[in-house]
Amino acid sequence: MKRILGILVLFILVYVATAIMASNQGAEFLSGFTQENLLRRVAPIGILGIGVAFVIITGGIDLSLGSMVCLIGVGVAWLLTDVGWSIPVTLVVAFAVSAAIGLFHGALITKLNLPPFVVTLCGLLMYRGITRGFTQDQTAGFGTGFTGLRQLSKGEIPVPFVEGFQLPVPFVLMLVVGVIAAIFLNKTVAGRHLMALGNNEEAARLSGVRTKALTILAYVICSVLAGLGGLLHILDVGLEQPATAGNFFELFAIAAAVLGGCSLRGGTGTIAGVIIGTALIQLLRQMITIVFPRQQSMEYLMIGAVLLIGVIADELVRRAVAKRRASRNA
Amino acid sequence: MSEVSSSESDSLLRVKGIGKQFPGVRALHDVGLYLKRGEVLAVLGENGAGKSTLMKILAGVQAPDSGDILIDGKPVTIGSVQDAMELGIALIHQELNLATNLSIGANIFLGREPRKFGLIDEAKIAAESRRFLDLVGLKIDPREIVGNLTIGRQQMVEIAKALSIDARVLIMDEPTSSLSSKETESLFEVIKDLRKRGVSIIYISHRLGEVRELADRVTVLRDGENAGDLERAEISHDRMVSLMVGRDLSQFYPHEPHTPGEVALEVKELRSPVHPRHPVSFSIRAGEIVGVAGLVGAGRTEMIETIFGVRTPVGGEVRVAGNPVSITSPRDAIRAGLALAPEDRKQQGLVLEMAVRENLSLASLSRDQRHGFLNLGKETEISEEMIRKMRIKTPSDRQVVRYLSGGNQQKVVLGKWLAMKPKVLLLDEPTRGIDVGAKQEIYALMEELARSGVAILFVSSEMEEVLGMSDRALVMHEGRLTGELSRDELSEEAVMHLATGGSNAAAA
Repeated sequence: MKRILGILVLFILVYVATAIMASNQGAEFLSGFTQENLLRRVAPIGILGIGVAFVIITGGIDLSLGSMVCLIGVGVAWLLTDVGWSIPVTLVVAFAVSAAIGLFHGALITKLNLPPFVVTLCGLLMYRGITRGFTQDQTAGFGTGFTGLRQLSKGEIPVPFVEGFQLPVPFVLMLVVGVIAAIFLNKTVAGRHLMALGNNEEAARLSGVRTKALTILAYVICSVLAGLGGLLHILDVGLEQPATAGNFFELFAIAAAVLGGCSLRGGTGTIAGVIIGTALIQLLRQMITIVFPRQQSMEYLMIGAVLLIGVIADELVRRAVAKRRASRNA
Repeated sequence: MSEVSSSESDSLLRVKGIGKQFPGVRALHDVGLYLKRGEVLAVLGENGAGKSTLMKILAGVQAPDSGDILIDGKPVTIGSVQDAMELGIALIHQELNLATNLSIGANIFLGREPRKFGLIDEAKIAAESRRFLDLVGLKIDPREIVGNLTIGRQQMVEIAKALSIDARVLIMDEPTSSLSSKETESLFEVIKDLRKRGVSIIYISHRLGEVRELADRVTVLRDGENAGDLERAEISHDRMVSLMVGRDLSQFYPHEPHTPGEVALEVKELRSPVHPRHPVSFSIRAGEIVGVAGLVGAGRTEMIETIFGVRTPVGGEVRVAGNPVSITSPRDAIRAGLALAPEDRKQQGLVLEMAVRENLSLASLSRDQRHGFLNLGKETEISEEMIRKMRIKTPSDRQVVRYLSGGNQQKVVLGKWLAMKPKVLLLDEPTRGIDVGAKQEIYALMEELARSGVAILFVSSEMEEVLGMSDRALVMHEGRLTGELSRDELSEEAVMHLATGGSNAAAA
């Protein structure tokens, strides 16, 4: 709880500020519809963020997430509509490809000792390239079909005794993924081993931890969740262009994980922090749309600035704590 | 700067009442020493006695909490390495601080490159470097890349660099620890030559033989305080040891003869990937404590790492309690009943940012799991038992290990392995860098474990420790097992003879 307190406070501050500014301008923010939209948009990036958190905890990074979203998202739409595969086969293939890509990354990183940055940077280029190749750069989309499948992203679950607001299905899916991820990290032997190897791989290995297998597992989890994120994204937006689908998603997901307390040095991170970090980023994007409709070009500047402020504040707090601890011990 | 007449003051450097406190540890308390022009002062002390801290203070790496430093009788403040350099004090670290990708000349003038028209004046660097290389007897091209030199020559480059800044006080921290005997000899020649030129040298070493040969005076530290000084005529092995240890050796090492049981670990023709040409064979019985002695670089760590599967063996056989086992990873070794407390506690032994309890349970999580989930009850049980049994001083089992003292950290490493109830315990430098009190506790623990039937193999670079704790000692030299000494045959001379490559006349 202590570790996510900072980001939680920051989120609440931005939320309240947005609500006040929106009401001053007579813009819609606190309505059920806007809130639902916000939660719906948190889901894909949140799932990506949870995935990349596993990789970041091992001390690695995955830059290929955005292209994975493109590959799986556009790929699923293309297979279902242009190629005409059935839904079950398409989904199985999509997740198998995601897992295989994770395995590929993990194997190159652990067996050949290649730097994660380079491996996944190549992935970033390749997977978008592949997608643009097989679609011949044509937009893929569902049109008016597949409404059943699209319930995964479009569906809503009524909340008892609440009128005018329903929980979006993708948000619930993200919470389920988050809970499973948190249990894995905090309650299982593999999760503890993952944390240990992120802190000190050598010491973990000498204590009998299967460091390579676990690192590979982290990349597989990351890629599979990226595939799920891509699926939810395409089901939400309905159609996408291979050249732009999922652009910058990897950076939003990494930013969310870092905001949520994952150190890029490895070994720390909480799932709750990642989810709140994602919510903060999507809230900021929404805030810019609502409050500064004419400055939308400033979106990246705002997000970058908030991320930087968050990281600086975190570092300053950490130093103050370390100092206090040192003086207490002396 | 360097033209100071010796009549101005007898001692070039004088240090008084130095105190330094680290979180949880009093590193130095009211420590003093003095250094005359053109003398070699040996500073001795066990690991953790405060030598390194004192030297870091003199070199400006750390600031003292209290005390005075006088140079030529004038008080000075050494706030940074830069200050120390300007005062003519240079520290040569045990691990050399050279940019191995750059040339010798570039290293010597790093940070103060002579310039010509704004560009680096390579010709001047080469010429000047050659002058300083001559002083240390190195006849090589200053344009040579440092990484291509042997460790001994790299050390000479460090010394040349120190001389190039007009160093009057040269502090050498264990300079011979990774040198061959030939390189050590030429280092001694250089040191003696520098002494003649009026350079003062503070020499830190564990090798008492070297100290006897080189030192004009000896200052001994113990537990962060002055333990005594010896003048040239008083320097003898026994006096140095008794000042360092502060009590009779037989009391310090709680060794009692053990009655060994069955063979617990048998190593046959094991070949490490580092020294594949030197197969190693030996065995240890349950309840036996076997020391492994040798100089740094003798291949001791590599040997036990190969036994433990950290390095993959290129041949040979390992049997645990009579059963042949195939060990290609630490995980295999742990399953077979082995445990290794590695040499580098912080890098290899501990997950520093995790809690005491998480470190203590790390190796047993898989064993105690419940369908893949953590068994937190068992974890609490293990950590409480180990904190009590090992007397680990920590505010709680949730304390992050980074904030414990070295001795308590080492106890956490040992506790992690005792929770596994190993048949064979491999210890690599088990008391490196910990204070005397914690050392004794670890010795007592080794005794207790041996009595309970654990076979213990420990690598140590401290002669006294090998002599004091071993039922039997193995000695290595350049990857080879050069001999085995029983308790009766154990002596510093016998160990050094084998450690420097002599044959084992005494072994059967």
